[in-house]
Amino acid sequence: MSTISEQFGRDEWTRFTPKQRMQRYGIFALTALAIAWALSSIEVIWAWVWDAPSQMGDLFGRMYPPDATNLGSILRILWETVNIATFATVLAVFMSLPVAYLAAQNTTPNRVTLWLGRLILVTSRSVNTIIWALLFVAIFGPGVVAGIVAIMFRSIGFIGKLLGEAIEEIDKRPVEALEATGASRFKVIAYAIVPQVMPTFWAVSILRWDINLRESTVLGLVGAGGIGIILQGAIDTFNWPEAATVLLAILALVIVGEIVSAFLRRRIL
Amino acid sequence: MTAARDTWKRPPFISNPVVRWTVYIVAIVYFGWVAATMPIDWQRVIDGFGRAGLIFGGAFPPSFERSGLLIDGFLESLKIAILATAGGVLLSIPIAFMAARNVAPLPIYYLGRFIIIVARSFHPVIVAIIFVKAVGFGPFAGVLTLIVYSIGFVAKMLAERIEEIDFGQVEAMRAAGVPYLSTVFYAIFPQIMPRQIGLTIYQLDSNLRASAVVGIVGAGGIGATLANAFGRYDYDFALAITIVIVAVILLSEGISGQIRKRVA
Repeated sequence: MSTISEQFGRDEWTRFTPKQRMQRYGIFALTALAIAWALSSIEVIWAWVWDAPSQMGDLFGRMYPPDATNLGSILRILWETVNIATFATVLAVFMSLPVAYLAAQNTTPNRVTLWLGRLILVTSRSVNTIIWALLFVAIFGPGVVAGIVAIMFRSIGFIGKLLGEAIEEIDKRPVEALEATGASRFKVIAYAIVPQVMPTFWAVSILRWDINLRESTVLGLVGAGGIGIILQGAIDTFNWPEAATVLLAILALVIVGEIVSAFLRRRIL
Repeated sequence: MTAARDTWKRPPFISNPVVRWTVYIVAIVYFGWVAATMPIDWQRVIDGFGRAGLIFGGAFPPSFERSGLLIDGFLESLKIAILATAGGVLLSIPIAFMAARNVAPLPIYYLGRFIIIVARSFHPVIVAIIFVKAVGFGPFAGVLTLIVYSIGFVAKMLAERIEEIDFGQVEAMRAAGVPYLSTVFYAIFPQIMPRQIGLTIYQLDSNLRASAVVGIVGAGGIGATLANAFGRYDYDFALAITIVIVAVILLSEGISGQIRKRVA
């Protein structure tokens, strides 16, 4: 039987070579430095930090038991939240179709439109829903319109990007075949491109709907409609038992949304 | 004998016509009804376009005059993101082990899954509000929020990876009578390490993004600066902050993508 040194060129078995070990120590040191820098310079009142566990316990103690007297109006506004998310997702899907078409390298008419498409996608995705909501509440005033538009503006980038990537990956041959028969631009899109990106289209739309359900629960906190308004109201009036009910309602909504979207995905794909 | 079709028709999306039309009608009724019952004040929406002009007029050109405030806000966001990633990832590892069906006993598995579901279900802004109420305004609430946020993502993905490991190595070590922790270190960790590193870098990037948002409800960082600027109608400063946020997000996305490509 060969010895360890014959097999590995080393006397003892170790997990890492010296070079690997140096690299690991280097990364550890860098990480430690970053954490130390953040810890030492962050503006935190340390007394509050040590106090935090008891404060959290106190807060959850006040939330218990949840108060369900307002359950009727909570459920009604929860339904409104679902409508905001669904409506905004559908609108965003329609609006992201031309954007995806522009942002895909193989379908965009020219360089300028390609960059226009990419610019729309990047702007939309880089600004968070809440920040969009802040802007649209300033424009349209508080209410569901601001919420729907905010979710739309955020979703266009997400759906458009994934759809654009799907368009870039399509099989070119059906497109060429249709073009060879002299089909119009519109017919090429409808019969050669659309069928190929259909599965991605549905998967992305359902995924975004699921995400938007979560996002729409916080719109109300900046005044843009939905369940967040009740949560904010309950917290501002120190009505912690009701806040607990709202939180449980949101938890239920998100879990139901996840089940529904998983079901739809399995049925359609 | 039936005549051969002489025109081709595209196969419909749902083959059963009854189901197809039911789905169409339900969808149309739902959207019509939602559109009709939404509490929308159209006059205000129309007025809004004028106001949008005013806001954008006030926002251009973006003002970088108070760049000191901007840089401080960003450094705070960065610190929040670093601390939350470190804390969140450290906590995620045991939770991921709890939530992996192949290494945890059933009751612990359920507890682990429950923690992940709760952490994932609440939007970081909601978590931030609760922490702000419990521990006060400032970056500490932000760090706690993003720790929860990190657990929801990292623990979930890591648990899935643990469930996919090659169990032969674990069995080999168990057969040799190795204690539990050594099995974890020598049979499981090496298999999940690449994913763990990738997830950590992704989460740092993701936390930096989220830290811009939790600030809006008072949890520190650049978001707090942005919310203040907005509240004081300083639209030109708000636009400057937004532009820098977008730039930083694009930059960090690029960096983290590069690192993850090298690791994986």
